[in-house]
Amino acid sequence: MNFTLTEEQEALRKLVRDFAMKEVAPSAAQRDEEEVFDRAIFNKMGRIGLTGIPWPEEYGGAGLDFVSYVIAVEELSRVCASTGVTLSAHLSLASWPIFKFGTEEQKQKYLRPLALGEKLGAYGLTEPSAGTDAASLRTTAVRDGDEYILNGTKMFTTNGGEADIYVVFATTDASKKAKGVTAFIVEKGMPGFTFGKKEKKMGIRSSPTVELIFDQCRVPMANVLGEEGQGFKIAMMTLDGGRNGIAAQALGIASGALDAALEYAKTRTQFNRPITDFQAIQFKLADMAKQVEAARLLTYQAAWLEDNQLPYGKASAMAKVFASDAAMYVTTEAVQIHGGYGFTRDYAVERFMRDAKITQIYEGTNEVQRIVIAGHVLKD
Amino acid sequence: MNIIVCIKQTFDTEAKISLENGAVKEDGVQFILNPYDEYAVEEALKIKEEQGGEVTVVTVGPARVEEAIRTALAMGADEAIHIEDEAAYGDEYTIAEVLAAAIRQKSYDLILAGNQAVDDGSGQVAVRLAQLLDIAHISTITKLEIHGTQVVAERDAEGDTEIAEASLPVLVTAQQGLNEPRYPSLIGIRKASKKPLTKLTLADLGLSADAVGRKVTPVEVFLPAAKGAGRILEGDTAMRVQELVRELRQTSKVL
Repeated sequence: MNFTLTEEQEALRKLVRDFAMKEVAPSAAQRDEEEVFDRAIFNKMGRIGLTGIPWPEEYGGAGLDFVSYVIAVEELSRVCASTGVTLSAHLSLASWPIFKFGTEEQKQKYLRPLALGEKLGAYGLTEPSAGTDAASLRTTAVRDGDEYILNGTKMFTTNGGEADIYVVFATTDASKKAKGVTAFIVEKGMPGFTFGKKEKKMGIRSSPTVELIFDQCRVPMANVLGEEGQGFKIAMMTLDGGRNGIAAQALGIASGALDAALEYAKTRTQFNRPITDFQAIQFKLADMAKQVEAARLLTYQAAWLEDNQLPYGKASAMAKVFASDAAMYVTTEAVQIHGGYGFTRDYAVERFMRDAKITQIYEGTNEVQRIVIAGHVLKD
Repeated sequence: MNIIVCIKQTFDTEAKISLENGAVKEDGVQFILNPYDEYAVEEALKIKEEQGGEVTVVTVGPARVEEAIRTALAMGADEAIHIEDEAAYGDEYTIAEVLAAAIRQKSYDLILAGNQAVDDGSGQVAVRLAQLLDIAHISTITKLEIHGTQVVAERDAEGDTEIAEASLPVLVTAQQGLNEPRYPSLIGIRKASKKPLTKLTLADLGLSADAVGRKVTPVEVFLPAAKGAGRILEGDTAMRVQELVRELRQTSKVL
């Protein structure tokens, strides 16, 4: 057992922390306030290689591992959870299934520009009436010659509208339920593919969450990802790993909130003493620190399992539930330590607390994660 | 074009400095590549990209400085020389002598360094090095152009810009504004660990500890006095002026 990061992983953390402080943090509060996505930040992430961390160099990646990837999402989320989820959705949800199930041609055409950060990716599974029950999709794909015609609506798509490449799930045979789902790679600009409502959200407000509308959208057969009918499996396997990206995002939010609370508590004085002299504050900080540390270990472990080609579904579900609950707890306590100031938008902990909530909901609610964990525990 | 960049690892500019046993305490401090040296590395890489060549970084210091070396290699430098020897960590005289001995073993056209290090800010080492190597130097440059063997640099001269010309080989020191240093790339980080890093001691350089021993010894190291609260002078104008003059004479002794 070895809990030490490699020299490369340490260098990556330092780089991403420096990048996050200089390029992401300064505009985070304003982007949140104005609910704007800044593509320039994503482009800069592409230039240093963050957009393709675990993919081999032949596909435009940096050739690093998944531990490096979760460290990067953690460090970005420490200052801006919206930027963290932009990367997580781009890499775990859009790029991963293309890397895993794409043909060589699809990898060169789609994975490569995604990895280089020239293109931004998104993932369209959720529908108005198919959230947790993902097999009951209503978006249809009907074969017509060398093409499929897609019709339907996807909602809550992270990076939606801004992304160039979408991995979209539609049913090619509704009678087969889950086994009738097929995955497609759809490009922004394909006729019949438009964007609908942009959600007004509580948190992660500089990450766009948008409706995708398919109206007689023709997608070439060459854009089927995997095989016809394999879509549900692809969707679920993608979420298995994707949820560890969310664990990393939650971990980053919690870690950022803990740091902010520590800094505030050290400088805030009441009754002529810094409030860190009071045991009530010390106990809060101790509990927050242990939650952050445990979340980190679970998240890194799940990534390590994936790097070592070991089963990671259970570990990533545990990491996701634990880290997101930790994020909600730590950010709430961070606001509490800040007192009235923490409730104002002048302090980052207010944003962190709003950002934390979604991590308990998306990429499989924490209730679903518990079903996944229970399934593993009962089977093992 | 063979380019050598002299670098130094320094404290993070955000670091809180504390003392222990008359020396700056290193525990828990983040170290970085000296920001002025980062400009020097960036400039070397730009020249290499335009004109071809090799970039070698050279530094003196304990094992921890390897992290700064890896940063420069991850940015794109080709190889590194690390002089790791207790007897080499002296003053500016020592470091310049040690660097000169190491650089004399290499062939070079251009030497770059930061104008100063953000820790002690003496700004002496690079200029001493040029003297020892008997080559020209242009300090605090904000622009550099190289055509063949002709070098034209703009240098920061107390707020004005001075244009200096020289021919290769030359040593130049980088001032803020010279360029915008790139971030290391992730591929760069991965490749940095495989790039050649030569470790040398004084013996390898044919130097004796006595010959390069420090010429300057710090007598005392202390933190600046904490800044006191301001004081607002009261009374009418005449009284306030009188009080101000008295303060300047007696308390701060500037008059």
